[in-house]
Amino acid sequence: MRIFSIKKYAIFIVALLLGYGWAQPGNAASEKLVLTGASTIAPLAAEIARRFESQHPGTRIDVQTGGSSRGINDTRNGTAGIGMVSRALKPAEQDLQAHTIALDGVGFILHASNPVSGLSRQQVIDIYTGKIVSWKTLGGRDAPITAINKAEGRSTLELFLGYLKLKNSDIKPHVIIGDNAQGIKTVAGNPNAIGYVSIGAAEYEARHGTPIKLLPLDGIAATVANVRNGTFPLSRPLNLVTRTEPEGLARDFIAFARSEQVHDLVEAQYFVPIGFR
Amino acid sequence: MAEMVFTKSTRTLRDWFAQLAVYCAALLICAAFTWILSDIVRGGMAHLSLDFVIGSPREAGRAGGIGSILVSTALVLAIALMAALPLGWTTAALLANHVSADRGFGGAVRYSLQVLAAVPSIVFGLFGNAFFSIYLGMGFSILSGGLTLACMLLPILVSTAESGLRAIPDAYRLSAAALGMSRTSTLFRLLLPIAAPSLAAGLLLGIGRAIAETAALLFTSGYVDRTPGSLLDSGRTLAVHIFDLSMNVPGGDAAAYASALVLITALLLINVIAMRLTAGWQRRKIMSQNSNGYSNTDVP
Amino acid sequence: MIWSRHNILSPSASVDTLTLWLLRGAAGAAMGVVLLILLFLAMESWPALRHISIDRFLTDPSWNPGENLYNLAPMLSGTLYAAAGALLLATPLGIASALFIAYYASPHVASIYRHLVELLAGIPSVVYGFWGLTTLVPLINQLHPPGASLLAGILVLTLMILPTVALTAYATLLAVPGEYMIGAAALGLSRWGMIRGVALPAAKTGIAAGVILAAGRAIGETMALLMVTGNVVQNASSLFEPIRTLAANIALEMPYAMDDHRAALFVSGLTLMVLVMSLWGVAARLARNGDG
Repeated sequence: MRIFSIKKYAIFIVALLLGYGWAQPGNAASEKLVLTGASTIAPLAAEIARRFESQHPGTRIDVQTGGSSRGINDTRNGTAGIGMVSRALKPAEQDLQAHTIALDGVGFILHASNPVSGLSRQQVIDIYTGKIVSWKTLGGRDAPITAINKAEGRSTLELFLGYLKLKNSDIKPHVIIGDNAQGIKTVAGNPNAIGYVSIGAAEYEARHGTPIKLLPLDGIAATVANVRNGTFPLSRPLNLVTRTEPEGLARDFIAFARSEQVHDLVEAQYFVPIGFR
Repeated sequence: MAEMVFTKSTRTLRDWFAQLAVYCAALLICAAFTWILSDIVRGGMAHLSLDFVIGSPREAGRAGGIGSILVSTALVLAIALMAALPLGWTTAALLANHVSADRGFGGAVRYSLQVLAAVPSIVFGLFGNAFFSIYLGMGFSILSGGLTLACMLLPILVSTAESGLRAIPDAYRLSAAALGMSRTSTLFRLLLPIAAPSLAAGLLLGIGRAIAETAALLFTSGYVDRTPGSLLDSGRTLAVHIFDLSMNVPGGDAAAYASALVLITALLLINVIAMRLTAGWQRRKIMSQNSNGYSNTDVP
Repeated sequence: MIWSRHNILSPSASVDTLTLWLLRGAAGAAMGVVLLILLFLAMESWPALRHISIDRFLTDPSWNPGENLYNLAPMLSGTLYAAAGALLLATPLGIASALFIAYYASPHVASIYRHLVELLAGIPSVVYGFWGLTTLVPLINQLHPPGASLLAGILVLTLMILPTVALTAYATLLAVPGEYMIGAAALGLSRWGMIRGVALPAAKTGIAAGVILAAGRAIGETMALLMVTGNVVQNASSLFEPIRTLAANIALEMPYAMDDHRAALFVSGLTLMVLVMSLWGVAARLARNGDG
């Protein structure tokens, strides 16, 4: 049994390099676009990219997640052609250009068995700052509340803090999550948990049998329809951002992502397509 | 019961308790193992099919398969092994045959390999991100992930190969020298072929470790779930895919179970082959030691 | 060893010298990797170490990089709690497993059980994490919410480091000279008497080294703990409270971190590496003393 053979190894390396070299020209001839940023947008962007590529042979669009602030940063320093930002641009970010591709809301979710049927803004503040610790205070079961917060750097967290006018250090969470699905999973597994996630993600899960429910906030139901007509208080645009006026492939892709050809993809992710307000 | 306690001496009672405790511990571990495995098999079987294994993921992995992810995994693995194998095996040959492993250069190399074995995988991830992805400009790519993994595999490959080479009785080296073979040809024509099973076992252990790795690849080879077009494209490995499905994709559990099943099956296969190899190698070692038993005492 | 001397019989000394230098080069490169890792960790940590005084990593009111607060202490305590808890469970279970394989089970059962433990060692941490997330966390939640907690972390970690303890302990027990056991049996010691009086004392340094290796693995473990511990930065006051470990913090925030925040994560990486390296240093010393 001889597995060590310099000759075989050399053949292997040559074969791999050849394969690499063969792949290279095909790649160099094509145009490549890199998108980085918000994890809320990434699944949608990946689906749009897939359809875009199939209609434009010879192009390649890579989608990386990393959060809205990363999207901004990578776009500024040129690492990414397009950044994905799941909120409106801040005043300090006006050097970038935002192109909204869809709308999303952030809704509070509870386990489906939780009898509490609605919360006011003040009640949410009290829950997250630790003033209300039992569902009994809110007319529910006599059980401790499990408050779920998001990790630093997520735009959902920024939107949430902005709406409640709180600082992150004021919040007394019991679980910290990274992305929407983790929050949904945690709530689904815990009848006494409360979390806030993208309405799109929550509605997708609820329709697929996950035991969660979206709470009305200040009496307005957290539905795609209310995000669409602008009445839901915690809503946000999903943006593609570029450093300058987009050109070439980036321009084509952004135009495609904003066109009616992708409305079915946007709706499949339970976001609100633009132009439907 | 009370009479029994009195009739038996305390020593046998203690024996009996110790035995009970040991058996309970063993049973507990078996139960935990069965629990985990049966959960994953039950969750994964329903979703697993040939289409799943060869198809491309759609809707962020909820639908479709893991074909492109297996391709990325294989490419990352190939890069890692290509970089780590020559480096690791030659280092092992040096440590086992040419220098004193405790002093001077050999000691320093061995010490740094021990340090390397101690580094947590997430730290490899940080290093890979800072060095390969950003400093060398490879970005999130198969190449940068593979090279990061290569650093991680180095200590395993060296230690298995070194112990394999050391296990060869000195009589072989002496006979080769007596026949006038140069050290280089002794190494390539005699020692490495004899140690081949242990090299292969180390290789398989390395492969197992590499395809199980997640933390080191999160920030180096990235998340892109498509078939990579070149080594500079980002590619998602199977372990990262499981992580992403279970944490970041609503409704991804079924696919995550099936992917975990595929991963575990692959690992089990690799483990079983590695065990066979090591078992065969140990048997051979014992045999050769018996037939050359005198050599240990005769060699100064 | 004979081979470490220059061999005058060699007909092709120049090829040998070349090979030797090639081998040295490779070994040097292997050594270089370690230096490179340390260098880059230090370089990337440097901005944080320059902007933030060291004591702030322990005395800031909280970990809120967005508000320029960088207290690593709660994550350090979380890491140590989880590792210590897992060791507390895994050490007796692991040693018992080793004893089971070495002295209690029949050869056939012992070999099956040993392979099972080896397979347990081969299961990837992300699968343990996934299993913990879907099975263990909901179970603990029924006991005491929120489920994702120190306890879940400890249990998953126990399963992960148990094979390390069991396999190293078994290897050391195997190395206990057979004459010792025969002598003990001749003295009429019972099985447990032999184990307690002869085998365990003879193997204790090796077992201790194995436990320390397992501790190193527990401290460095990332994915499984990230998935089951809830990731709240706090000093846990009970088993059911969530924690965040240093390694999980890196994995959770690294993709989103920039500037000083990113550098602070490299500082926690450096801290982790120093922690684990010193543990391994102790283990290596123990193993060496055990040999000699």
